[in-house]
Amino acid sequence: MSMYIAKSRLSYIHTNIHRTQEIVCSQIQLFNMTPKILSKDICGRSWNTARCYILDPFVSLACRKTKSEVKLLGAWPSPFVMRARIALNIKSVSYEFLEETFQPKSPLLLDSNPVYKKVPVLINQDKPICESLIIVQYVDDVWSSGPSILPSEPYDRAIARFWATYLDDKWYPTLRSVRGAKGEDDRKKLITEVGEGLTLLEDALNKTSRGKDFFGGDQIGYLDIAFGCFLGWLRVTESLTGVKLLDQVKTPCLVKWAERFCAHGAVKDVMPQTEKLVEFAKMLMAKMAASTPN
Amino acid sequence: MEGDSVKLLGFWGSPAVLRVKWALAVKGIEYQYVEEDLSNKSDMLLKYNPVYKKVPVLVHQGKPLAESLLILEYIDETWKQNPLLPHSPYERAQARFWSKFVDDKCMPTVVAAFSKVGEEQQKAAEEARENLKRLEVGLEGKRFFGGDNIGFVDIAIGWLPYWIGIAEEVVAINLIDAESMPKLNSWFHAFIDIPIIKELLPPRHKLLPHTKAFLQA
Repeated sequence: MSMYIAKSRLSYIHTNIHRTQEIVCSQIQLFNMTPKILSKDICGRSWNTARCYILDPFVSLACRKTKSEVKLLGAWPSPFVMRARIALNIKSVSYEFLEETFQPKSPLLLDSNPVYKKVPVLINQDKPICESLIIVQYVDDVWSSGPSILPSEPYDRAIARFWATYLDDKWYPTLRSVRGAKGEDDRKKLITEVGEGLTLLEDALNKTSRGKDFFGGDQIGYLDIAFGCFLGWLRVTESLTGVKLLDQVKTPCLVKWAERFCAHGAVKDVMPQTEKLVEFAKMLMAKMAASTPN
Repeated sequence: MEGDSVKLLGFWGSPAVLRVKWALAVKGIEYQYVEEDLSNKSDMLLKYNPVYKKVPVLVHQGKPLAESLLILEYIDETWKQNPLLPHSPYERAQARFWSKFVDDKCMPTVVAAFSKVGEEQQKAAEEARENLKRLEVGLEGKRFFGGDNIGFVDIAIGWLPYWIGIAEEVVAINLIDAESMPKLNSWFHAFIDIPIIKELLPPRHKLLPHTKAFLQA
Protein backbone atom coordinates (compact mmCIF):
# COMPACT_ATOMS: atom_id res chain seq x y z
CA MET A 1 0.00 0.00 0.00
CA SER A 2 2.67 2.45 1.00
CA MET A 3 4.67 1.64 -2.15
CA TYR A 4 1.65 2.62 -4.26
CA ILE A 5 1.20 5.82 -2.34
CA ALA A 6 4.93 6.50 -2.58
CA LYS A 7 4.80 6.03 -6.36
CA SER A 8 1.94 8.42 -6.82
CA ARG A 9 3.54 10.93 -4.46
CA LEU A 10 6.77 10.73 -6.37
CA SER A 11 4.92 11.13 -9.66
CA TYR A 12 3.41 14.29 -8.28
CA ILE A 13 6.76 15.50 -7.06
CA HIS A 14 8.34 14.70 -10.41
CA THR A 15 5.83 16.72 -12.38
CA ASN A 16 6.13 19.60 -9.96
CA ILE A 17 9.85 19.38 -9.82
CA HIS A 18 10.75 23.02 -9.55
CA ARG A 19 8.54 23.59 -6.58
CA THR A 20 9.96 20.48 -4.97
CA GLN A 21 13.50 21.70 -5.30
CA GLU A 22 12.56 24.70 -3.22
CA ILE A 23 11.03 22.56 -0.51
CA VAL A 24 14.00 20.30 -0.27
CA CYS A 25 17.35 20.41 1.32
CA SER A 26 18.54 20.90 4.81
CA GLN A 27 16.13 18.14 5.71
CA ILE A 28 17.21 14.82 7.09
CA GLN A 29 19.10 12.78 4.58
CA LEU A 30 16.83 10.08 3.29
CA PHE A 31 18.77 7.01 4.42
CA ASN A 32 21.54 8.06 2.04
CA MET A 33 19.38 7.32 -0.96
CA THR A 34 20.17 9.39 -4.00
CA PRO A 35 17.48 10.49 -6.44
CA LYS A 36 18.88 8.02 -8.97
CA ILE A 37 17.95 5.11 -6.73
CA LEU A 38 14.63 6.62 -5.80
CA SER A 39 13.69 7.12 -9.40
CA LYS A 40 14.81 3.75 -10.71
CA ASP A 41 13.46 1.63 -7.93
CA ILE A 42 10.26 3.39 -7.16
CA CYS A 43 9.30 5.74 -9.91
CA GLY A 44 11.05 4.34 -12.94
CA ARG A 45 11.83 7.76 -14.25
CA SER A 46 15.09 9.57 -14.31
CA TRP A 47 15.36 12.57 -12.08
CA ASN A 48 17.45 15.23 -13.64
CA THR A 49 17.82 17.48 -10.68
CA ALA A 50 20.56 18.09 -8.26
CA ARG A 51 20.41 15.99 -5.13
CA CYS A 52 17.21 16.47 -3.21
CA TYR A 53 16.23 15.06 0.06
CA ILE A 54 12.57 14.53 0.50
CA LEU A 55 10.80 14.45 3.74
CA ASP A 56 7.65 12.61 2.79
CA PRO A 57 6.58 9.81 5.11
CA PHE A 58 5.37 7.39 2.41
CA VAL A 59 8.38 7.96 0.23
CA SER A 60 10.58 7.52 3.29
CA LEU A 61 8.92 4.25 4.15
CA ALA A 62 9.14 3.00 0.58
CA CYS A 63 12.81 3.93 0.48
CA ARG A 64 13.41 2.17 3.75
CA LYS A 65 11.92 -0.98 2.25
CA THR A 66 13.94 -0.59 -0.94
CA LYS A 67 17.08 0.06 1.08
CA SER A 68 16.73 -3.27 2.90
CA GLU A 69 16.43 -5.11 -0.39
CA VAL A 70 18.98 -7.82 -0.96
CA LYS A 71 20.61 -8.07 -4.36
CA LEU A 72 22.84 -10.77 -5.75
CA LEU A 73 25.01 -10.02 -8.72
CA GLY A 74 25.76 -13.28 -10.50
CA ALA A 75 25.87 -15.48 -13.58
CA TRP A 76 23.83 -18.62 -14.18
CA PRO A 77 26.75 -20.97 -15.05
CA SER A 78 28.83 -19.99 -12.02
CA PRO A 79 29.05 -22.58 -9.23
CA PHE A 80 30.23 -19.85 -6.87
CA VAL A 81 27.10 -17.80 -7.52
CA MET A 82 25.06 -20.93 -6.86
CA ARG A 83 26.53 -21.14 -3.37
CA ALA A 84 25.17 -17.72 -2.50
CA ARG A 85 21.74 -18.57 -3.96
CA ILE A 86 21.46 -21.81 -2.02
CA ALA A 87 22.41 -20.04 1.21
CA LEU A 88 19.78 -17.35 0.64
CA ASN A 89 17.19 -20.01 -0.22
CA ILE A 90 17.93 -21.96 2.96
CA LYS A 91 17.22 -18.82 4.94
CA SER A 92 14.15 -17.98 2.80
CA VAL A 93 15.57 -14.55 2.00
CA SER A 94 13.93 -12.72 -0.92
CA TYR A 95 16.49 -11.18 -3.18
CA GLU A 96 16.82 -9.63 -6.57
CA PHE A 97 19.07 -11.61 -8.90
CA LEU A 98 21.03 -9.46 -11.31
CA GLU A 99 22.56 -11.43 -14.20
CA GLU A 100 25.96 -9.93 -14.94
CA THR A 101 26.61 -9.13 -18.58
CA PHE A 102 30.43 -9.40 -18.47
CA GLN A 103 31.24 -8.00 -21.87
CA PRO A 104 32.00 -5.44 -20.68
CA LYS A 105 31.78 -5.89 -16.91
CA SER A 106 28.97 -3.76 -15.52
CA PRO A 107 29.65 -0.57 -13.51
CA LEU A 108 27.84 -2.22 -10.59
CA LEU A 109 30.27 -5.15 -10.63
CA LEU A 110 33.34 -2.93 -10.94
CA ASP A 111 32.10 -0.65 -8.14
CA SER A 112 31.04 -3.37 -5.75
CA ASN A 113 34.00 -5.70 -6.30
CA PRO A 114 36.92 -3.52 -7.34
CA VAL A 115 39.50 -6.00 -6.01
CA TYR A 116 38.50 -9.12 -7.94
CA LYS A 117 35.82 -7.81 -10.35
CA LYS A 118 34.08 -11.19 -10.09
CA VAL A 119 30.69 -12.63 -9.25
CA PRO A 120 29.02 -13.39 -6.93
CA VAL A 121 28.59 -10.11 -5.10
CA LEU A 122 25.89 -9.91 -2.45
CA ILE A 123 24.60 -6.41 -1.82
CA ASN A 124 22.71 -6.01 1.44
CA GLN A 125 21.59 -2.53 2.51
CA ASP A 126 23.91 -1.12 -0.16
CA LYS A 127 26.94 -2.89 1.32
CA PRO A 128 28.73 -5.33 -0.97
CA ILE A 129 30.08 -8.67 0.22
CA CYS A 130 32.40 -10.60 -2.10
CA GLU A 131 33.82 -14.14 -2.31
CA SER A 132 31.29 -16.96 -2.26
CA LEU A 133 32.34 -18.73 0.95
CA ILE A 134 32.47 -15.40 2.76
CA ILE A 135 28.98 -14.61 1.45
CA VAL A 136 27.65 -17.96 2.70
CA GLN A 137 29.06 -17.31 6.17
CA TYR A 138 27.70 -13.77 6.12
CA VAL A 139 24.21 -15.02 5.19
CA ASP A 140 24.42 -17.53 8.05
CA ASP A 141 25.48 -14.75 10.45
CA VAL A 142 22.85 -12.18 9.39
CA TRP A 143 19.80 -14.42 9.10
CA SER A 144 20.59 -16.32 12.25
CA SER A 145 16.98 -17.25 13.00
CA GLY A 146 16.79 -19.46 9.91
CA PRO A 147 18.23 -23.02 9.68
CA SER A 148 21.97 -23.00 10.47
CA ILE A 149 24.39 -23.41 7.62
CA LEU A 150 27.62 -23.88 9.55
CA PRO A 151 27.79 -26.61 12.19
CA SER A 152 27.42 -25.51 15.79
CA GLU A 153 30.67 -26.95 17.21
CA PRO A 154 33.94 -25.07 16.53
CA TYR A 155 35.80 -28.23 15.49
CA ASP A 156 33.07 -29.30 13.06
CA ARG A 157 33.01 -25.75 11.65
CA ALA A 158 36.75 -25.87 11.15
CA ILE A 159 36.52 -29.21 9.34
CA ALA A 160 33.74 -27.91 7.08
CA ARG A 161 35.82 -24.82 6.28
CA PHE A 162 38.89 -26.98 5.68
CA TRP A 163 37.22 -29.07 3.00
CA ALA A 164 35.56 -26.05 1.42
CA THR A 165 38.95 -24.37 1.11
CA TYR A 166 40.44 -27.60 -0.26
CA LEU A 167 37.71 -27.67 -2.91
CA ASP A 168 38.44 -24.10 -3.97
CA ASP A 169 42.23 -24.21 -3.76
CA LYS A 170 42.95 -27.70 -5.04
CA TRP A 171 40.08 -29.84 -6.30
CA TYR A 172 38.07 -27.49 -8.50
CA PRO A 173 41.11 -25.97 -10.26
CA THR A 174 42.19 -29.55 -11.11
CA LEU A 175 38.70 -30.35 -12.42
CA ARG A 176 38.73 -27.22 -14.57
CA SER A 177 42.11 -28.00 -16.03
CA VAL A 178 40.89 -31.42 -17.26
CA ARG A 179 38.95 -29.62 -20.01
CA GLY A 180 42.05 -27.71 -21.12
CA ALA A 181 44.45 -30.66 -20.79
CA LYS A 182 47.18 -30.87 -23.39
CA GLY A 183 47.30 -34.46 -24.54
CA GLU A 184 45.92 -37.74 -23.28
CA ASP A 185 48.63 -38.34 -20.65
CA ASP A 186 48.07 -34.97 -19.07
CA ARG A 187 44.30 -35.52 -19.07
CA LYS A 188 44.66 -38.98 -17.46
CA LYS A 189 46.91 -37.56 -14.74
CA LEU A 190 44.44 -34.78 -13.93
CA ILE A 191 41.47 -37.17 -13.94
CA THR A 192 43.34 -39.39 -11.47
CA GLU A 193 43.90 -36.37 -9.22
CA VAL A 194 40.22 -35.44 -9.38
CA GLY A 195 39.36 -39.03 -8.46
CA GLU A 196 41.77 -38.97 -5.49
CA GLY A 197 40.12 -35.80 -4.27
CA LEU A 198 36.71 -37.43 -4.51
CA THR A 199 37.97 -40.33 -2.42
CA LEU A 200 39.03 -37.86 0.27
CA LEU A 201 35.60 -36.24 0.10
CA GLU A 202 33.85 -39.62 0.33
CA ASP A 203 35.78 -40.18 3.52
CA ALA A 204 34.93 -36.69 4.78
CA LEU A 205 31.25 -37.33 4.07
CA ASN A 206 31.29 -40.53 6.10
CA LYS A 207 32.95 -38.75 9.01
CA THR A 208 30.95 -35.52 9.10
CA SER A 209 27.49 -36.81 8.20
CA ARG A 210 27.52 -39.28 11.09
CA GLY A 211 25.26 -41.58 9.09
CA LYS A 212 22.86 -38.86 7.99
CA ASP A 213 22.03 -37.65 4.47
CA PHE A 214 24.33 -34.67 4.10
CA PHE A 215 27.76 -33.37 5.15
CA GLY A 216 25.78 -31.08 7.43
CA GLY A 217 23.76 -33.98 8.91
CA ASP A 218 19.98 -33.97 8.45
CA GLN A 219 20.03 -30.76 6.49
CA ILE A 220 22.38 -29.34 3.88
CA GLY A 221 25.11 -27.22 5.38
CA TYR A 222 28.22 -25.30 4.53
CA LEU A 223 30.20 -28.16 3.02
CA ASP A 224 27.21 -29.50 1.08
CA ILE A 225 26.86 -26.05 -0.48
CA ALA A 226 30.59 -25.63 -1.06
CA PHE A 227 30.89 -28.99 -2.84
CA GLY A 228 27.42 -29.47 -4.32
CA CYS A 229 27.71 -26.33 -6.44
CA PHE A 230 30.39 -28.12 -8.50
CA LEU A 231 28.20 -31.12 -9.41
CA GLY A 232 27.01 -29.48 -12.64
CA TRP A 233 30.55 -28.88 -13.86
CA LEU A 234 31.60 -32.33 -12.66
CA ARG A 235 28.94 -33.81 -14.93
CA VAL A 236 30.09 -31.59 -17.79
CA THR A 237 33.61 -32.97 -17.41
CA GLU A 238 32.24 -36.53 -17.33
CA SER A 239 30.26 -35.81 -20.47
CA LEU A 240 33.17 -34.25 -22.36
CA THR A 241 35.76 -36.86 -21.36
CA GLY A 242 33.52 -39.94 -21.31
CA VAL A 243 34.94 -40.80 -17.88
CA LYS A 244 32.71 -41.44 -14.87
CA LEU A 245 34.26 -39.43 -12.03
CA LEU A 246 31.61 -39.85 -9.37
CA ASP A 247 31.10 -43.59 -9.50
CA GLN A 248 29.09 -46.15 -7.62
CA VAL A 249 32.09 -48.36 -6.88
CA LYS A 250 34.65 -45.88 -5.59
CA THR A 251 32.39 -43.20 -4.12
CA PRO A 252 28.99 -44.80 -3.39
CA CYS A 253 28.06 -42.40 -0.59
CA LEU A 254 28.86 -39.35 -2.69
CA VAL A 255 26.68 -40.70 -5.52
CA LYS A 256 23.67 -40.95 -3.18
CA TRP A 257 24.50 -37.60 -1.58
CA ALA A 258 24.68 -35.93 -5.00
CA GLU A 259 21.17 -37.12 -5.89
CA ARG A 260 19.77 -35.92 -2.60
CA PHE A 261 21.55 -32.59 -2.86
CA CYS A 262 20.32 -31.85 -6.37
CA ALA A 263 16.75 -32.72 -5.38
CA HIS A 264 16.79 -30.45 -2.33
CA GLY A 265 14.31 -27.59 -2.29
CA ALA A 266 16.97 -24.94 -1.83
CA VAL A 267 19.05 -26.31 -4.71
CA LYS A 268 16.93 -27.65 -7.54
CA ASP A 269 15.79 -24.32 -8.97
CA VAL A 270 19.27 -22.83 -9.03
CA MET A 271 21.21 -25.85 -10.32
CA PRO A 272 21.75 -25.28 -14.05
CA GLN A 273 20.88 -28.18 -16.37
CA THR A 274 23.93 -30.19 -17.39
CA GLU A 275 23.04 -29.91 -21.12
CA LYS A 276 23.03 -26.13 -20.91
CA LEU A 277 26.38 -26.17 -19.11
CA VAL A 278 27.86 -28.53 -21.72
CA GLU A 279 26.78 -26.12 -24.48
CA PHE A 280 28.25 -23.24 -22.52
CA ALA A 281 31.52 -25.12 -21.96
CA LYS A 282 31.81 -25.95 -25.66
CA MET A 283 31.26 -22.31 -26.50
CA LEU A 284 33.99 -21.26 -24.04
CA MET A 285 36.41 -23.85 -25.40
CA ALA A 286 35.74 -22.69 -28.97
CA LYS A 287 36.39 -19.09 -27.94
CA MET A 288 39.65 -20.06 -26.27
CA ALA A 289 40.77 -22.08 -29.28
CA ALA A 290 39.97 -19.14 -31.57
CA SER A 291 41.97 -16.68 -29.48
CA THR A 292 45.00 -18.94 -28.96
CA PRO A 293 47.75 -18.12 -31.46
CA ASN A 294 49.02 -21.02 -33.61
CA MET B 1 43.12 -28.21 32.31
CA GLU B 2 43.42 -31.95 31.74
CA GLY B 3 42.06 -33.08 28.39
CA ASP B 4 42.32 -29.53 27.16
CA SER B 5 45.86 -29.91 25.84
CA VAL B 6 46.95 -27.72 22.99
CA LYS B 7 49.86 -28.60 20.74
CA LEU B 8 51.21 -26.59 17.84
CA LEU B 9 53.35 -28.16 15.13
CA GLY B 10 55.36 -25.42 13.47
CA PHE B 11 58.46 -24.11 11.81
CA TRP B 12 60.30 -21.07 13.16
CA GLY B 13 60.46 -19.33 9.75
CA SER B 14 56.83 -19.84 8.73
CA PRO B 15 54.53 -16.79 8.62
CA ALA B 16 51.48 -19.06 8.77
CA VAL B 17 52.74 -20.55 12.03
CA LEU B 18 53.48 -17.08 13.38
CA ARG B 19 49.83 -16.12 12.91
CA VAL B 20 48.75 -19.01 15.10
CA LYS B 21 51.38 -18.20 17.75
CA TRP B 22 50.13 -14.61 17.86
CA ALA B 23 46.50 -15.71 18.17
CA LEU B 24 47.32 -18.11 21.01
CA ALA B 25 49.33 -15.36 22.75
CA VAL B 26 46.49 -12.82 22.45
CA LYS B 27 44.10 -15.37 23.97
CA GLY B 28 46.59 -16.33 26.68
CA ILE B 29 46.51 -20.03 25.76
CA GLU B 30 49.31 -22.28 26.93
CA TYR B 31 50.47 -24.86 24.46
CA GLN B 32 53.22 -27.29 23.64
CA TYR B 33 55.24 -26.21 20.64
CA VAL B 34 56.82 -28.82 18.38
CA GLU B 35 59.42 -27.60 15.88
CA GLU B 36 59.24 -29.53 12.61
CA ASP B 37 62.17 -30.22 10.32
CA LEU B 38 60.48 -29.54 7.00
CA SER B 39 63.15 -31.45 5.08
CA ASN B 40 62.35 -34.51 7.18
CA LYS B 41 58.69 -34.27 8.19
CA SER B 42 57.67 -36.15 11.29
CA ASP B 43 55.22 -39.05 11.27
CA MET B 44 53.06 -36.94 13.53
CA LEU B 45 52.81 -34.14 10.96
CA LEU B 46 52.07 -36.55 8.13
CA LYS B 47 49.39 -38.22 10.24
CA TYR B 48 47.80 -34.98 11.36
CA ASN B 49 47.88 -33.21 7.98
CA PRO B 50 47.79 -35.92 5.30
CA VAL B 51 46.21 -33.62 2.70
CA TYR B 52 48.81 -30.84 2.67
CA LYS B 53 51.61 -32.21 4.94
CA LYS B 54 52.31 -28.63 6.06
CA VAL B 55 52.63 -26.57 9.20
CA PRO B 56 50.96 -25.14 11.17
CA VAL B 57 48.89 -27.91 12.66
CA LEU B 58 47.00 -27.20 15.85
CA VAL B 59 46.06 -30.22 17.93
CA HIS B 60 43.41 -29.56 20.56
CA GLN B 61 42.06 -32.37 22.73
CA GLY B 62 43.74 -34.80 20.36
CA LYS B 63 41.96 -33.38 17.28
CA PRO B 64 44.17 -31.90 14.55
CA LEU B 65 43.46 -28.83 12.44
CA ALA B 66 45.38 -27.49 9.47
CA GLU B 67 45.37 -24.21 7.48
CA SER B 68 46.29 -21.14 9.49
CA LEU B 69 43.29 -18.89 8.78
CA LEU B 70 40.92 -21.71 9.75
CA ILE B 71 42.96 -22.34 12.87
CA LEU B 72 42.60 -18.66 13.76
CA GLU B 73 38.81 -18.90 13.44
CA TYR B 74 38.80 -22.08 15.54
CA ILE B 75 40.88 -20.42 18.25
CA ASP B 76 38.53 -17.42 18.25
CA GLU B 77 35.42 -19.60 18.51
CA THR B 78 36.82 -21.93 21.17
CA TRP B 79 38.36 -19.36 23.53
CA LYS B 80 36.02 -16.40 23.86
CA GLN B 81 38.30 -13.93 25.66
CA ASN B 82 39.87 -11.09 23.63
CA PRO B 83 37.76 -11.70 20.51
CA LEU B 84 39.68 -11.57 17.25
CA LEU B 85 36.83 -11.29 14.77
CA PRO B 86 34.54 -8.24 15.01
CA HIS B 87 31.00 -8.58 16.24
CA SER B 88 28.97 -7.41 13.22
CA PRO B 89 28.41 -9.85 10.33
CA TYR B 90 29.48 -7.26 7.75
CA GLU B 91 32.71 -6.44 9.61
CA ARG B 92 33.40 -10.16 9.99
CA ALA B 93 32.95 -10.64 6.24
CA GLN B 94 35.36 -7.76 5.64
CA ALA B 95 37.93 -9.28 8.02
CA ARG B 96 37.75 -12.63 6.24
CA PHE B 97 37.97 -10.88 2.89
CA TRP B 98 41.14 -8.90 3.65
CA SER B 99 42.87 -11.87 5.27
CA LYS B 100 42.20 -14.05 2.24
CA PHE B 101 43.17 -11.20 -0.10
CA VAL B 102 46.63 -11.07 1.43
CA ASP B 103 47.12 -14.82 0.97
CA ASP B 104 45.60 -15.07 -2.49
CA LYS B 105 46.70 -11.83 -4.14
CA CYS B 106 49.27 -9.87 -2.11
CA MET B 107 51.62 -12.68 -1.23
CA PRO B 108 52.13 -14.12 -4.75
CA THR B 109 52.77 -10.67 -6.21
CA VAL B 110 55.15 -9.76 -3.37
CA VAL B 111 57.11 -13.00 -3.84
CA ALA B 112 57.20 -12.38 -7.60
CA ALA B 113 58.48 -8.84 -7.04
CA PHE B 114 61.39 -10.19 -5.04
CA SER B 115 62.20 -13.27 -7.10
CA LYS B 116 61.85 -12.10 -10.71
CA VAL B 117 64.27 -9.91 -12.64
CA GLY B 118 64.20 -7.10 -15.18
CA GLU B 119 60.90 -5.98 -16.66
CA GLU B 120 58.96 -8.85 -15.10
CA GLN B 121 60.17 -7.70 -11.71
CA GLN B 122 59.11 -4.10 -12.33
CA LYS B 123 55.66 -5.25 -13.38
CA ALA B 124 55.34 -7.58 -10.36
CA ALA B 125 56.48 -4.78 -8.02
CA GLU B 126 53.85 -2.43 -9.46
CA GLU B 127 51.16 -5.04 -8.96
CA ALA B 128 52.40 -5.79 -5.45
CA ARG B 129 52.28 -2.10 -4.52
CA GLU B 130 48.75 -1.78 -5.93
CA ASN B 131 47.61 -4.75 -3.87
CA LEU B 132 49.26 -3.44 -0.71
CA LYS B 133 47.76 -0.01 -1.22
CA ARG B 134 44.29 -1.59 -1.35
CA LEU B 135 44.72 -2.80 2.21
CA GLU B 136 44.56 0.81 3.40
CA VAL B 137 40.79 0.69 2.78
CA GLY B 138 40.56 -1.61 5.77
CA LEU B 139 42.42 0.89 7.95
CA GLU B 140 40.14 3.86 7.24
CA GLY B 141 39.92 5.91 10.44
CA LYS B 142 41.43 3.13 12.54
CA ARG B 143 44.72 2.52 14.29
CA PHE B 144 44.57 -1.22 13.62
CA PHE B 145 42.42 -3.31 11.30
CA GLY B 146 40.68 -4.47 14.45
CA GLY B 147 39.99 -0.88 15.57
CA ASP B 148 41.64 0.39 18.77
CA ASN B 149 43.02 -3.06 19.46
CA ILE B 150 44.51 -5.68 17.19
CA GLY B 151 42.12 -8.22 15.73
CA PHE B 152 41.85 -11.01 13.20
CA VAL B 153 43.20 -9.15 10.20
CA ASP B 154 46.14 -7.62 12.08
CA ILE B 155 47.22 -11.08 13.24
CA ALA B 156 46.55 -12.64 9.83
CA ILE B 157 48.53 -10.13 7.80
CA GLY B 158 50.96 -8.50 10.24
CA TRP B 159 53.76 -10.83 9.15
CA LEU B 160 53.78 -9.47 5.59
CA PRO B 161 55.41 -6.06 6.15
CA TYR B 162 58.00 -7.71 8.42
CA TRP B 163 58.92 -10.22 5.74
CA ILE B 164 58.90 -7.50 3.08
CA GLY B 165 61.31 -5.43 5.20
CA ILE B 166 63.70 -8.36 5.33
CA ALA B 167 63.33 -9.21 1.64
CA GLU B 168 64.08 -5.57 0.80
CA GLU B 169 67.53 -6.15 2.31
CA VAL B 170 68.10 -9.05 -0.07
CA VAL B 171 66.64 -7.51 -3.20
CA ALA B 172 66.76 -3.75 -3.70
CA ILE B 173 63.07 -3.10 -4.23
CA ASN B 174 60.95 -0.87 -2.05
CA LEU B 175 57.34 -1.98 -1.69
CA ILE B 176 55.99 -0.23 1.41
CA ASP B 177 57.02 3.35 1.94
CA ALA B 178 55.73 6.03 4.25
CA GLU B 179 54.86 8.38 1.41
CA SER B 180 52.75 6.21 -0.85
CA MET B 181 51.22 4.04 1.90
CA PRO B 182 51.16 6.17 5.03
CA LYS B 183 48.33 4.30 6.76
CA LEU B 184 49.82 0.88 6.10
CA ASN B 185 53.24 2.09 7.21
CA SER B 186 52.07 3.56 10.53
CA TRP B 187 49.82 0.56 11.17
CA PHE B 188 52.76 -1.79 10.74
CA HIS B 189 55.01 0.14 13.12
CA ALA B 190 52.29 0.30 15.75
CA PHE B 191 51.59 -3.44 15.33
CA ILE B 192 55.19 -4.58 15.54
CA ASP B 193 55.72 -2.51 18.69
CA ILE B 194 53.19 -4.48 20.69
CA PRO B 195 55.19 -6.63 23.13
CA ILE B 196 53.42 -9.99 22.54
CA ILE B 197 53.76 -9.44 18.80
CA LYS B 198 57.40 -8.34 18.90
CA GLU B 199 58.62 -11.15 21.15
CA LEU B 200 57.30 -13.86 18.82
CA LEU B 201 58.88 -12.49 15.63
CA PRO B 202 61.53 -14.73 14.12
CA PRO B 203 64.86 -12.94 14.68
CA ARG B 204 66.14 -10.93 11.75
CA HIS B 205 69.59 -12.50 11.83
CA LYS B 206 68.03 -15.93 11.19
CA LEU B 207 65.28 -14.82 8.84
CA LEU B 208 67.57 -12.86 6.52
CA PRO B 209 69.66 -15.81 5.26
CA HIS B 210 66.56 -18.00 5.23
CA THR B 211 64.66 -15.50 3.06
CA LYS B 212 67.68 -15.05 0.81
CA ALA B 213 67.82 -18.81 0.20
CA PHE B 214 64.09 -18.92 -0.45
CA LEU B 215 64.12 -16.08 -2.98
CA GLN B 216 67.16 -17.31 -4.81
CA ALA B 217 65.98 -20.90 -5.07
